[in-house]
Amino acid sequence: MSVPYAKLPAWVDYGLIPLINLAVAFLVAGLVVLAVGESPLRAASLLIEGAFGYGEGIGFTLYYATNFIFTGLAVAVAFHCGLFNIGGEGQAYVAGLGVALPCLWFDAYLPWYVIFPIAILGSAMVGAAWALIPGWLQARRGSHVVITTIMFNFIASSLMVYVLVDVLKPAGSMAPQTRTFAENGQLPRLDWLMSWFGLDIGGAPFNLSFLLALVAAFLVWVLIWRTKLGYEIRTMGFSPKAARYAGVSESRIIIITMMLSGALAGMMALNPIMGDQHSMQLDFVGGAGFVGIAVALMGRSHPVGIVPAGILFGMLYQGGAEISFEMPQISRDMITIIQGLVILFAGALENMFRPAITAFFATMTTARAGKTLPAGE
Amino acid sequence: MTDIAIELRGIDKKFGLVHANKDIDLRVRKGSIHGIIGENGAGKSTLMSILYGFYQADDGEIFVDGRKADIKDPNAAIAAGIGMVHQHFMLVENFTVLENVMLGAEDSQILTSGISRARQELKRLEHEYELEVDPDAIIEELPVGLQQRVEILKALYRGAEILILDEPTGVLTPAEADHLFRILKQLKDQGKTILLITHKLREIMAITDEVSVMRRGEMVATRKTAETSVEELAELMVGRRVLLHVEKGPALPGEVLLSVENLTVRDSRGCDMVKDVSFEVRAGEIVGIAGVAGNGQSELLQAVSGIRRAVNGRVLLKGEPIHVTGKADPSELRHRGLAHVPEDRQHMGLVLSFDESENSILGYHDDPRYLNGAFLDIDAIRADAAEKIEKYDIRPPNPRLKTANFSGGNQQKIVLAREMERDPQVLIIGQPTRGVDVGAIEFIHKRIIEMRDAGKAVLLVSVELDEIRSLSDRVLVMFDGRIVGERAPDTGEGELGLLMAGVENSREAAE
Amino acid sequence: MEYFDTLIVILQSTVRVSVPLILAALAGLYSERSGIFDIGLEGKMLAAAFAGGAAAAVTGSALIGLAAAIFVSVCLALVHGFASITQRGNQIVSGVAINFIALGATVILGQAWFRQGGRTPQLTGDARFTTVELPFAAEVADVPILGPIYSNLLSGHFVLTYVAFLLVPFTWWVLYRTRFGLRLRAVGENPGAVDTAGISVPWLRYRAVICCGILCGIAGAYLSMAMTAGFVKGMTAGKGFIALAALIFAKWKPINVMFACLLFGFLDAMSIRMQGNPLPLIGEVPVQFMQALPYILTVILLAGFIGKAVPPRAGGVPYVKER
Repeated sequence: MSVPYAKLPAWVDYGLIPLINLAVAFLVAGLVVLAVGESPLRAASLLIEGAFGYGEGIGFTLYYATNFIFTGLAVAVAFHCGLFNIGGEGQAYVAGLGVALPCLWFDAYLPWYVIFPIAILGSAMVGAAWALIPGWLQARRGSHVVITTIMFNFIASSLMVYVLVDVLKPAGSMAPQTRTFAENGQLPRLDWLMSWFGLDIGGAPFNLSFLLALVAAFLVWVLIWRTKLGYEIRTMGFSPKAARYAGVSESRIIIITMMLSGALAGMMALNPIMGDQHSMQLDFVGGAGFVGIAVALMGRSHPVGIVPAGILFGMLYQGGAEISFEMPQISRDMITIIQGLVILFAGALENMFRPAITAFFATMTTARAGKTLPAGE
Repeated sequence: MTDIAIELRGIDKKFGLVHANKDIDLRVRKGSIHGIIGENGAGKSTLMSILYGFYQADDGEIFVDGRKADIKDPNAAIAAGIGMVHQHFMLVENFTVLENVMLGAEDSQILTSGISRARQELKRLEHEYELEVDPDAIIEELPVGLQQRVEILKALYRGAEILILDEPTGVLTPAEADHLFRILKQLKDQGKTILLITHKLREIMAITDEVSVMRRGEMVATRKTAETSVEELAELMVGRRVLLHVEKGPALPGEVLLSVENLTVRDSRGCDMVKDVSFEVRAGEIVGIAGVAGNGQSELLQAVSGIRRAVNGRVLLKGEPIHVTGKADPSELRHRGLAHVPEDRQHMGLVLSFDESENSILGYHDDPRYLNGAFLDIDAIRADAAEKIEKYDIRPPNPRLKTANFSGGNQQKIVLAREMERDPQVLIIGQPTRGVDVGAIEFIHKRIIEMRDAGKAVLLVSVELDEIRSLSDRVLVMFDGRIVGERAPDTGEGELGLLMAGVENSREAAE
Repeated sequence: MEYFDTLIVILQSTVRVSVPLILAALAGLYSERSGIFDIGLEGKMLAAAFAGGAAAAVTGSALIGLAAAIFVSVCLALVHGFASITQRGNQIVSGVAINFIALGATVILGQAWFRQGGRTPQLTGDARFTTVELPFAAEVADVPILGPIYSNLLSGHFVLTYVAFLLVPFTWWVLYRTRFGLRLRAVGENPGAVDTAGISVPWLRYRAVICCGILCGIAGAYLSMAMTAGFVKGMTAGKGFIALAALIFAKWKPINVMFACLLFGFLDAMSIRMQGNPLPLIGEVPVQFMQALPYILTVILLAGFIGKAVPPRAGGVPYVKER
C-alpha cells in the first residue's frame, strides 16, 4: 500500500526519470515550435547559442538564473514541510520594498557594501512577513496555504501598484517606478568573475546577488539535511502525526517554514532592483515566483538539482529572447509554455514513465539473477 | 439447483512479491453462516475483496449458485447477489442514510420519484430484518453500530443473497456486537448466506455453522463449528500451539511512577472519549488495559504521553505533574523518563520515508549527543543506530536504508529500540505486536518483560486479550471511556469479556 | 433619479463582468465537488477565449467559435483529469502547469497565425455574439423605476449571459436531484463508498472534469466573442482565480456561487466607476483596494472569521484502492 512501486536504483530514481520527464517536456515544446512553422532543431541551437554562445549571453543567463534559484529554493523549502507555497511571486514583489526603501533612504550616505546587507535583511524580512500571514492562517486557522498564497499574490499586486503609483513615484514622473538609485544603491557586477574564463559579459546585469543565490542554496542544503530545524521540517512534511509524537510543534514549524520560504523568495528582489534596474519598477518580478515552482519540481527540491534547474530556466529566458530576433514567431512566451510543460511532466505526471522503467529494470535484474540462481523462490 | 452458494476454485493472488492468496478452494453452503478465520495478514480480506470484485484474482474460478461467475468489479458482484460490509465503512459521512443506501442503486437518472420508492423499500427492509434506522439521519451523527446497520441495509437494498462481513465487530462494543449477531442469525433464518471474516475465535464459536481457517495466504482447513474447538482452531491459525503464557517471574512492584487522576479526554468531535479515569502504575509491574478498540484507550495513551490535550484531570510522573490539560510536550516528557511506543507505528512512531538512523532519533533529536549546536551530528546518529540494530537484531542491518523497506516486525523493533534504550522510568506501549510477524512477537514480549524486571513501570494497551493476559501483572478493563474493573491476569476470558462488554458484574468491580 | 440611473449602470456592468465568473466558478464546482481541485480555471478559460476568437475569426461563425472554445477547454480539462485521476499526480501542480501552457500557447499560436501581436482579428457580424432584446423592452423603457430595470438591466444581454444565469439553478438541480449529482457529491466526499457501490470512480471524475471543461469553454467564449470582439493576450487577467475565490466564498454551493460572483462582479464594477470619484462618508478609496477586496474577503472567510469554508473531504487526494 505504502510502496506503490518497486525499488529502483538511486541513479534511476534521481537521475534517469527526471531526465526522461524533462526530455518529454522539451519534445512537446518542440512540437509547438513545429506547429508554428519553425524548425525545433534550429530553435534549440539558437537557444543554446543565445544563452551560452558569448559572454553577454552567459551573463544574462546567469542573471535570470539568480532569480530562479531564489524562488526555486523558496518553493523547495516549503515542499519539504508538505506546504505548497504558490505565493513566491507576491512575496518577492512586496519584498522589493525591503530592497528599494533602504536604497532610497541611504544611497546618498552609505557605501553599497553597507546598504547590501541591509537590503538582504530587508528583502528577507518583508518576504517572510508576507508569507507569515498565510503560514499563520494555515497553522492556526487551517486555511489552505495554496489558496491563501494565490490570494496574497493578487493582494500584493494591488498593493504594489498603489505604492508605486501613489507613494513612491517621484513627483512629476509618469512612469510608475521609484527614482533611480545613486551608485551606492547598485550592486557590483561580476565582470571579474567572468573574465577569469576569458568572457566579457558586456551589458549583462550579472551581479553579486548570483553568488548570494549560491550561498543561499548551500545554506538551504545545510538547513534541511544537517540541522535540527530541518529534521523537524522534514518530519512535519512526511508525517504531521509523527511530528506531534516527536514533540515538534506543528504550527511553529509551519510558520517558520513559510517565513523561510518567503524570505528566500523575497531575496530574489535584490537581483533585479539593486543588480539591474537600480530602481523598483512595476511588475519587476515578472513571473519568477512561478518559475520557482518548475525549478523546484525539476530539481526535486534539492539545492543540487535546483541550481542547474535555475540555470536551465535562465538559459530558456535568455535564449528565448535571442530566438525571437531570428524567429519572430517565437517570442519569450515560448518559455512560459516550456515552463508549464516542465511543471506538468516533472510534477503532475512525474510517475507516468515509472511503471515502464520499473518493469524494464525488473526484467533486467531477473534476467541477470536467472543466470546465477537457477532455482526460483 | 445446488446447496452451495459460493465456490472458489484455485484462487491465486500476488501483490508484487507478496503472495496474498495461494490456490484457495472454498465452498460455502447456502443459508449458513460461514466463518473465515486467520491472523492479521493471513489473506482473508484479500480473498473477500476478490469475491467482491474489488481485486482480480491472478488465477482461479468463482462459482455463485453453481454457475461460473466472472466478477470483474463490484458491480458484477452486486449483480450476482453478493453484498459486502467493509471493515472501514464505505459511507458518505455527510449524506443521509437514504442517500447512502441509494448510491449506486438509483433506479433512474432523475431522483425525484426514485427517492420515495427507495424510502418505501428501506422501510420494508428495516421492518423485515429489524434494522431500524432513521432514513433522514446524517451518517456522521449516528453511532458506529447504526452506521454498520446502514452498511447492511445497503447490501440488502441491492438484493444481496450472500453477505460478506469483514471484521465487523472490531469497532463495536460487545453489546453492539451481540446485536449484530442477532441480526445475522435472523438474516440466516431468512435464507441469506453469510461470510464472516474475523480473527476472533469467540465470535466464530458463537455464531458460525462452519469455519475455514487461513494461514499465510493458504486455506488450511474447513471444519463444522460444532465439531471443532477453540484450541484446534487456534493451532490451525498459528500453525503450532499458541504460547499463551510468556515465561515470566512474579512481579515485584515498587513505588508509584505513573499516576493518573480523574483524567477526561475529548476527541475532535467534542465527545468525551476518556471519562474520569484514575489508576496507578508502579515500578516493576506491567499494567494492561484491555478493551474493544475505540473505547478510549488510544485517547488515554495520547493524553498521558502529551500528544493530545486532556480537558480535565492530573497525571503525575514520578510524583511530578504532567500538564496534560495544558502544554504537555512529548519531548519534555521524554526527558523526564517517559517513553512511548505508539499504536500507530507507521504514521506516528516512524517516518517511513526517513532512513533507519533518522528514525532512531525521532523525538530524541534534540538530545545533545546527536547534535553539534543546531546541527545534526550524522556520524553519532548512525553509530548509535548501528548499535541498536545489533542489539535488537533489526534486519537488514543497514542504518541508511529507507524505513519503508523494513518489515512490520523490524519497524516495530526500530521503535522499541529507540524507546527502550533510553532507559526510561515509565514505558507506555500501544498494540506492541499489531502487524508483526510471529517470530518478532516473542522477541517483543520478552523485551517488555525485561523492562518490567529492570524496575520500570509499564503501561500496556492492546486489543489482543491474549496478549494482555499473558504479559500483564494487573489488568484494567476499559469500556466507553471508563475503567470498569481491575482483575488479575488469570481471570477467565469470559469474565473479562463481560467487563469489556460493559456488562456490570453482580459482584462489584474490585478497585 | 441620477443615483438610480448610476445604480442601474453599475448593476448592468456588474452583470456583464459576473458572467464569466459565474461560468468559471460553476465549472470549478463540478470538478471540486467530485474531489478534483482545479486551480487551472484561468488557463482553460484563456485557452477557450483564444480558440473561440480564432475559430470565429476564421470561419465567421460565432457558434463554431463557441464549439472550438469548448473543445479546447475540454482537452485541457482532460489533461488535468489524466494527471489527477489516472496518474494520481498532484492536482495543484497540474493546474499550475495548465495555466502556464495556456498563457504561453495562446500568444505563440496567436502570433503565428494572425500576426497581430497575440490578438485575434476583430470579430464582426455573425462572428460575434449579439445581444438579445427581451420583448417590449423598448416600449416599457419609460416606465419609472421598473422600466429601466426591465429594459436596461434584464434585457439587452448576450444569450450566453442568460445561459450562465440559467446554469445556476440547473447545476443545483443536477447536483441534488439527479443520479449523476448524487454520485458526484459522493465521490468528492468518499470515493471508497462510490467504488464499492459498483460505480467507477475514474469515469465519474472524468465526467466531472469534462463538465468543468465545457463551462470554462463557455466562459472563455463569452470573454472573446461577447464581452469583447476578439481575443487579447492574457485577457482573463485573473478572472479564473476570482472565480476560484468565489467558489470557496460560496462554500461550493451553486446558488451561493451566483451571489458570490455577483458580489465580486459588483466590486469590480464599482472600482471602475469610482476611479477618481470619492465615496460619500468614506472619501476616496484607492482603486487597487477595491480590486484586492475579493481576495481579501476570501482570505477572511478562509480564516474562519466569517463562517467556515469546508472543502469536499476527498478533494485533492488521488483515489487509491486500499489493500
